[in-house]
Amino acid sequence: MKDRRVVITGLGVVSPNGMIVSEFLNAIQHGVSGIEYIAELEKLKFSCQIAGKPKYRKDYLNDYFNKIQLKGLNASGIEYGVIAGMDAWKDAGLSINTSNEPLWNAGVIFGTGILGVDKFREAIYKVDEGNVRRLGSTSVTQTMASGISAFLGGMLGCGNVVTTNSSACSTGTEAILMAYDRISSGKAEIILAGSTSDSGPYVWGGFDAMRILPHKYNDNPIEASRPMSASASGFIPGSGAGALVIESLESAQKRGATIYAEILGGHINSGGQRSGGSMTAPNSVAVKQCIKQAVINSGIQADDIDVINGHLTATTKDATEIKNWSEALGRKGTDFPYINSLKSLVGHCLAASGSIESVATVLQIKENFVFGNINCEDLHPEIASIVSRDNIPTETLQYSPNIIAKASFGFGDVNACIIFKKYNN
Amino acid sequence: MTQEELLSKLKTIIAPYLPEDVSLDDVSINSHFINELNINSANLVDVVLDVEDEFDIEIDNDAMEKMLTVKASIEVIEGKLAAK
Repeated sequence: MKDRRVVITGLGVVSPNGMIVSEFLNAIQHGVSGIEYIAELEKLKFSCQIAGKPKYRKDYLNDYFNKIQLKGLNASGIEYGVIAGMDAWKDAGLSINTSNEPLWNAGVIFGTGILGVDKFREAIYKVDEGNVRRLGSTSVTQTMASGISAFLGGMLGCGNVVTTNSSACSTGTEAILMAYDRISSGKAEIILAGSTSDSGPYVWGGFDAMRILPHKYNDNPIEASRPMSASASGFIPGSGAGALVIESLESAQKRGATIYAEILGGHINSGGQRSGGSMTAPNSVAVKQCIKQAVINSGIQADDIDVINGHLTATTKDATEIKNWSEALGRKGTDFPYINSLKSLVGHCLAASGSIESVATVLQIKENFVFGNINCEDLHPEIASIVSRDNIPTETLQYSPNIIAKASFGFGDVNACIIFKKYNN
Repeated sequence: MTQEELLSKLKTIIAPYLPEDVSLDDVSINSHFINELNINSANLVDVVLDVEDEFDIEIDNDAMEKMLTVKASIEVIEGKLAAK
């Protein structure tokens, strides 16, 4: 049962620039930004008063949650994750299990960094007032990290692994690789993989305090997120969720499912917070090792990579990331793959970034394009010295990528890299 | 408040917690919340909190433990209202 082929058969996304996959696809093809001014952040005296936040009316939730689940629901990460997850499941042509028998071969691996912070705030106020008895039954289920996988697993009736992983900003990419590993080794047939990140001041405040968010673009949100640009001055906080149905090729073929792309493999590692790595900075040796190992594990050559979807948050580390890709793949100048960063359009969706960006990556393979990067007309000189300008598109290119590498890096010096490929029989 | 009025208010409170296959018409004075109406036991604390809000009373742990049926709940509410 070793090394079975693994494919992607369903997508769902809740992004600052699109609530459903078709809207998101249109947004990334046309450079539509989802970053906006948030009055609450100004009121709370944030330096950075702009963010990427999914936009929908509360009654939209009625299509996803029943009346009991909606009662006292105050966890944006659960809303985003459930919408994206249920959409992906439906997109894969799978139905909701209405029997009493769990789906033993189907599971959920849905990560998050922190969940239900607004609900937790509610609970903290009550506890501090000596009113713990008024918390109700939902404080636990909406604030436990695994609340998101628990909600999805229960709605779908999954009987295989149902868990939540957490590795800061590499969470989403890691979830997909965990699903890949479990399916390729024969322990599951279908896994709903993805990640979600709450929105709001309590999630974003810590980053504002670290002075790593830009403060000069409050009047100009669309130009604020500037990955790879000489004028990049920090990342814009984002939020949302991405979901992918990961499935064994066997199972997908048996169902006659639409196949978006194949996952060839990948790698997860850590720099051990050594050699320049720290709690907040990646060890470049480990980043390069992660990329190289992902290439080896996927059975391809570095030259086979057509496009890179980078982590590229719009900090001074972008140039270092490009250098690492170049050295790991042994490619530079005009030979460097096309590269893009979704963060120019939606900001850094933190724990959700890896999954939302993977949805964007898979869409490029399925729909034959490379989306353009906005706000990097003034390419960072160090990046310009490594990569040909033509390989960093500022507008969407019509192009059929065969293989795309996607990587995410997170606090704690953790890395994840996936190799996606166009599906051929 | 008459018992009829109390029953009607209580029905409104428990309506959102009923599983999809249980109708509000199935709720009678003798109904057991968990065994007959299939309300998730974790949600019973939410029912009690909603009762507190609706009637502006406080239900202590001992009283709460009694509130397993519609009838027992109405008795608890009546007792608390009378003590106000």
